[in-house]
Amino acid sequence: MPLAVELEGVSFGYRPGQRVLEDVRLRLGEGEFVAVAGPNGGGKTTLVRVVLGLERPTEGKAFLFGEAAHRFSRRRVLGYLAQRSQLAGDAPATVREVVSAGRLAAGGLLGPLRRRDRELVSEAVQRVGLHDVADVPLRTLSGGMQQRAFIAKALAGEPSLLVLDEPTTGVDAESQESLAALLDRLHSELGVTILYVSHEFGAVERFVQRLVLVRRTIVFDGPPGRLPGVWHDPSHAHARQ
Amino acid sequence: MLDSEFMRLALGAGAIVGVLAPAVGFFLVQRRQSLIGDGIGHVAFAGVAAGILLDLPPVLTALVAAVAGGVAIELLRSRGGTAGDQALALVFYTGIALGVVLVSAAGALDVDLFQYLFGSILTITGTDLAVVAVLGAVGLATVGLLYRALAGVSIDEEGARVAGVPIGALNVTLAALAAVTVALSMRVVGILLVAALMVLPVSAAGRVARSMRSTLLLSMAVGLGSALVGLTVAYYADAPPGGTIVLVAAAGYVAALVVSPVLGRR
Repeated sequence: MPLAVELEGVSFGYRPGQRVLEDVRLRLGEGEFVAVAGPNGGGKTTLVRVVLGLERPTEGKAFLFGEAAHRFSRRRVLGYLAQRSQLAGDAPATVREVVSAGRLAAGGLLGPLRRRDRELVSEAVQRVGLHDVADVPLRTLSGGMQQRAFIAKALAGEPSLLVLDEPTTGVDAESQESLAALLDRLHSELGVTILYVSHEFGAVERFVQRLVLVRRTIVFDGPPGRLPGVWHDPSHAHARQ
Repeated sequence: MLDSEFMRLALGAGAIVGVLAPAVGFFLVQRRQSLIGDGIGHVAFAGVAAGILLDLPPVLTALVAAVAGGVAIELLRSRGGTAGDQALALVFYTGIALGVVLVSAAGALDVDLFQYLFGSILTITGTDLAVVAVLGAVGLATVGLLYRALAGVSIDEEGARVAGVPIGALNVTLAALAAVTVALSMRVVGILLVAALMVLPVSAAGRVARSMRSTLLLSMAVGLGSALVGLTVAYYADAPPGGTIVLVAAAGYVAALVVSPVLGRR
């Protein structure tokens, strides 16, 4: 299987002597749906930044679709849902305006969107089930619906790899389940590779093919069923079973 | 009022700045950089002082200093590892300190300086208006051309960066636009009030508008209205034009605050 992401013995620190990540080895095949979990401060967000080429490993190598991640030339195939604190959830933008921002890299920076771009935006809004509120201001919607809008924004760019960093923060348990089901459907329908990074993985556990636990280094990498029972999240009913 | 040439020129310059300032300020407000206009204004003060000292046109030297200051704030924030508010403070205080030293060296702590600090729209000449019109048109055209990109980056800068959007170039362009706006607005409302015209109309529009596009257009309308109404009130009440324009914009915000619950807005 061709690889979307490959980390070979990656170590990283923000200053000399610091090790936020240590000897991380991770392979993510094209079309896989993988969850990366771990405690807060365990290096998950740093791992995301290295994977996306925003940080260069101190040691080891990071590849995206076979190219060095920090010099990756086809960035428009990357869809990224940043942590909520980095997103303008209180901007006066409508859902459609948020999703349209996903066509910036592919559709060009100047002037209005072309018809094909507008069609892709409408398609992405439809896919996440927000067509009824497409022209409603984002700030009037619930946290779960706002996250759907930002997922649609990432989808509008027609990504081959979709990376979500803590997508369920501030979202109630029911919306988390619904978000996870949406990602499963998008994964099946579009065949997009999904890297889901969160400190809680209960909602996606039954959908992902692999679960990777990170605590500076990778301490578990396998199907969720092989994870010791005490590590499962009891707040999600299916995980308790 | 319109029989007086100085009022016709003032209304022309006020209208252009009234539209341009919120158009540029809109993106700064969305990025929580509302005070950047203030920071650039203080660097422009140093530029005015340098112009007086070197016997060069102060508006020109202020424009150069403002662009340099705006770009410096952006570069310090994005590449220098300095937090946004600290980058702003560094440029802000350096600008005002440099201005004071230069003005003192030129022995120009007088009425001429005050026209830049508090505005002097009633002394605008035909040539001044032409400069404001040309640079204002360039600024508005740039906003129109880059609207989608600047709005997209305001919504999700990190997502755009990951997807390969040239964030650095867009941010520097916005900083330069803000600097040009400050330099042009200097004669209208003065360095000390320039940021108000970039922020208050946007805040007012944000209370009642239902989309980014309508917020931008409404804020430009509020800015235009504030400039024209403010100048008219100043003319008949014999009040300082810069301060009156800003007070009208502030009244616009209060009105939006009162009206927004009636319209079902937040």
